[in-house]
Amino acid sequence: MSSEVTLQQTGAAIGQIHDTHHEHHHHQESFITKYVFSQDHKMIAKQFLITGIIWAIIGGLFSVVFRLQLGYPDQTFPWLEDFLGHWAKGGKIQPEFYYALVTMHGTVLVFFVLTAGLSGTFANFLIPLQIGARDMASPLLNMLSYWFFFLASVIMISSLFVQTGPASGGWTVYPPLSALGDASSGSKIGMDLWLVSMAMFIVSSLLGGLNYITTILNMRTKGMSMTRMPLTMWALFFTAVLGVLSFPVLLSGAILLLFDRNLGTSFFLSDIVVAGKILPNEGGSAILFQHLFWFLGHPEVYIILLPAMGMSSEILSVNSRKPIFGYMAMVGSLFAICVLAFLVWAHHMFVTGLNPFLGAVFVLLTLLIAVPSAIKVFNWLTTLWKGNIRFTPGMLFAIGFVSLFISGGLTGIFLGNSALDIHLHDTYFVIAHFHIVMGVASFFGMYAGVYHWFPKMYGRYLNNTMAYIHFWITIVGAYLIFWPMHYQGLAGMPRRYYDFSNWESFKHYGGLNEFISVVAMIVFAAQLLFVFNFFYSIFKGRKVKDPNPWKANTLEWTTPINPGHGNWPGEIPEVHRWAYDYSKDGKDFIPQNVPVGDDESKH
Amino acid sequence: MKELFVIAITVMIFVIIFQISKASEYVSVLKGEEKSRKQNNKINGFMMIAFLVLGLIGAWYCNELYYKTTLFPQGSGSVEGEEVDFMLKITILVTGVVFVLTQVLLFWFAFKYQEKDDRKAYFFPHNTTLELIWTTVPAIFLTVLVVFGLKFWFKVTGEPPVGHHVVEVTGHQFAWDFRYPGKDGILGKKNYKLYNKPTGNTLGVDFEDDKSWDDIKTNQLYLPVDQPVKMVINAQDVIHNVGLPHFRMKMDAVPGIPTTQWFTPQYTTAEMKKRTGNPNFTYEISCDQICGRGHFSMRGVIVIVTKEEYDQWISEQKPDYLTMFPNKVAPGSNPTIIDTTANKPLAGIVKK
Repeated sequence: MSSEVTLQQTGAAIGQIHDTHHEHHHHQESFITKYVFSQDHKMIAKQFLITGIIWAIIGGLFSVVFRLQLGYPDQTFPWLEDFLGHWAKGGKIQPEFYYALVTMHGTVLVFFVLTAGLSGTFANFLIPLQIGARDMASPLLNMLSYWFFFLASVIMISSLFVQTGPASGGWTVYPPLSALGDASSGSKIGMDLWLVSMAMFIVSSLLGGLNYITTILNMRTKGMSMTRMPLTMWALFFTAVLGVLSFPVLLSGAILLLFDRNLGTSFFLSDIVVAGKILPNEGGSAILFQHLFWFLGHPEVYIILLPAMGMSSEILSVNSRKPIFGYMAMVGSLFAICVLAFLVWAHHMFVTGLNPFLGAVFVLLTLLIAVPSAIKVFNWLTTLWKGNIRFTPGMLFAIGFVSLFISGGLTGIFLGNSALDIHLHDTYFVIAHFHIVMGVASFFGMYAGVYHWFPKMYGRYLNNTMAYIHFWITIVGAYLIFWPMHYQGLAGMPRRYYDFSNWESFKHYGGLNEFISVVAMIVFAAQLLFVFNFFYSIFKGRKVKDPNPWKANTLEWTTPINPGHGNWPGEIPEVHRWAYDYSKDGKDFIPQNVPVGDDESKH
Repeated sequence: MKELFVIAITVMIFVIIFQISKASEYVSVLKGEEKSRKQNNKINGFMMIAFLVLGLIGAWYCNELYYKTTLFPQGSGSVEGEEVDFMLKITILVTGVVFVLTQVLLFWFAFKYQEKDDRKAYFFPHNTTLELIWTTVPAIFLTVLVVFGLKFWFKVTGEPPVGHHVVEVTGHQFAWDFRYPGKDGILGKKNYKLYNKPTGNTLGVDFEDDKSWDDIKTNQLYLPVDQPVKMVINAQDVIHNVGLPHFRMKMDAVPGIPTTQWFTPQYTTAEMKKRTGNPNFTYEISCDQICGRGHFSMRGVIVIVTKEEYDQWISEQKPDYLTMFPNKVAPGSNPTIIDTTANKPLAGIVKK
């Protein structure tokens, strides 16, 4: 019976998605429709989150393995050969494998974890709940968005198991290295799989992004004007806009690269002699690919960062019991970052022989981003000032996010200035910069979000003690790992080196590299503690009894503790005010659905 | 064995943390959740200020340990790099002040305004004056940094000073080749299709072009001190990068698109050995763009010598043309007298 219903629904889904949706609020769901091919935005969000967590474990594990090589270049680990076979012959990680690990670590964390896992999770989960909608504009496309991501994941995973190994030319896959199988074994079939996987991933991103934009623009509940939306909504909105406008450009780059690899075209190839063979390709430009890549690549770092900013803003405000300071300035700076994100891509290319005048324009636009960033930092600080701060695990991670955003953002001023970039480009200084500001900071935003909204997702709390241990190990560890790397960068130490022992200029960092590796492993273990806490608490966590456990104003806390498909059992609440009336007129908080009283002061 | 031991210990620590965490959750339920929440709040508030203090001490200690390992103490090997070091120091100063100020405020506020029963949060949604201040002040500082940065940028990306000489640097997996233009100061034409390993023409030099007859190919780069040098940079297979940390310079080597960079070495290798106190000091070229399995081993060596030593060295080098075509005598090529200081028209590097 239930399988029949499923079949009928799937058949009808394409044409009558809205009808099914409204008529069958409480229809019987089978396991398949509820947990696998679900069209409920909350379930899709959880699918994105759990897939993201699995990817994060894999991507993090890659970094542990390559840190083994960097920390202990002289040692062998025979047990590695048992697991990895010829990639770790004699217990020594091979250079090809090292580069494959570095490449996959970057690809997985940037795209699969911090794009799909972060905005995929929270855009899906929060948008309908916070704007007061029953679901996304198109639940079907939303479901497809996850399954394209899943397909991309399967293809990427499969590339790990091919004989010649996965892509190994860095996550930026610059041709000609990535175009020529003769130049690197990772550029054989592994690279094709990488490109196809990314193409699927881009389809997923576009389906998701268009849906987020449409939903936010069209499906806000009565009274929810754009300027009454919580900052999470603004951040996720701009994130989606960035993705929709920039991912297609990467797709074009990926397709042209596939052509160059397989069909003999010369978009990116010219004047090449590789492995003793003179190639016929002439007239292409290797630099063209970098333009196409970074036209996505730079907005991509804001696709990763903006959701973290939005969620931290919300969580800082709730737990300081104060309105976010300068709401309009926060929206304006998000907008400014969103626009500037498209105009700075060539700052990744200052040393490619770029036209100096063009370089100067990009310096100017790049350093302009520091202004909205500074506004955000000072506004966050002022939000804390004279608050009444509760250190929930989410709040700790939000504060940690601000600290890391400052530390990593300031080094951007060095790298955005082309004169200094000439010296620091592609050194450990860059590694330190982007790991702190984009990697770790965004992870902190993501953790803040998970800890804050876990009660809404599963109706249970995460364990606090484990959360505190997780936070303090992670923030201390992150600084211990990446802070000293600035010094290595100032010594000119290049990134993506398998071994430094033959270099007179860089070989004196053996002790420091070992220290960093040890801390990296401890921090990785602490993340496993979080993963354990997450899965344990889904089933065994303390149950949520208060529908509004953080005493927050936003609409998601007006739903039942375990909302069904459709979110609100009765009418969708009407909105009467912005999301930040905390400690106003002596009241601790006033939810958005409470009408404005006659004696209420204006702000 | 050691690895198993580490894993066993990790698992044990996990189990202990898990047991403590579970127990503390039960205790908090028994004690009253509100009360235990407030206790945790105090602990985390204290941790905030402890993290700030220990973090700042840690940053200072890290500097004590590692400042001497950076390139600052030995100074820049090139005249132009002095400006980079100066600008780096100014930028470190400005960002350092902002860093300390904002981190202190962040963790101090977190500690100071932690939840207390008698405290009411202050409703403070916006303040235009404050927001204008922290929009304009960073903008002014950034403008200053940009102006100085761009001045230097246009200098080093512009034409090198009169009296410079030219060398060609070619990267391939996984080594560097160098070519000197010889007496005429002009590099002979190349065509990548003329690459021929058996004959030794690995750079694809077009020996039909008589400008190539006195060109000298080497695998170590000798340069005279105090004379600006312009590098013409090529790659044969994939993108490489001529990274010169001691000279504070860096430029990609792109197949099909020649690039250039120039600088003026100011200390000979011998002088630098004394300055650094390292008898093995070497000016190294590091490949800074991932180029395949041997990327980390793509090392080049630059030897900076006095003008006299350089003239002596170059006079001992034999042009490739003479090696490859021993029975031909290149007209006008006299490898013993090389006037590298003369201001010659620049080598227009034509690909084909």
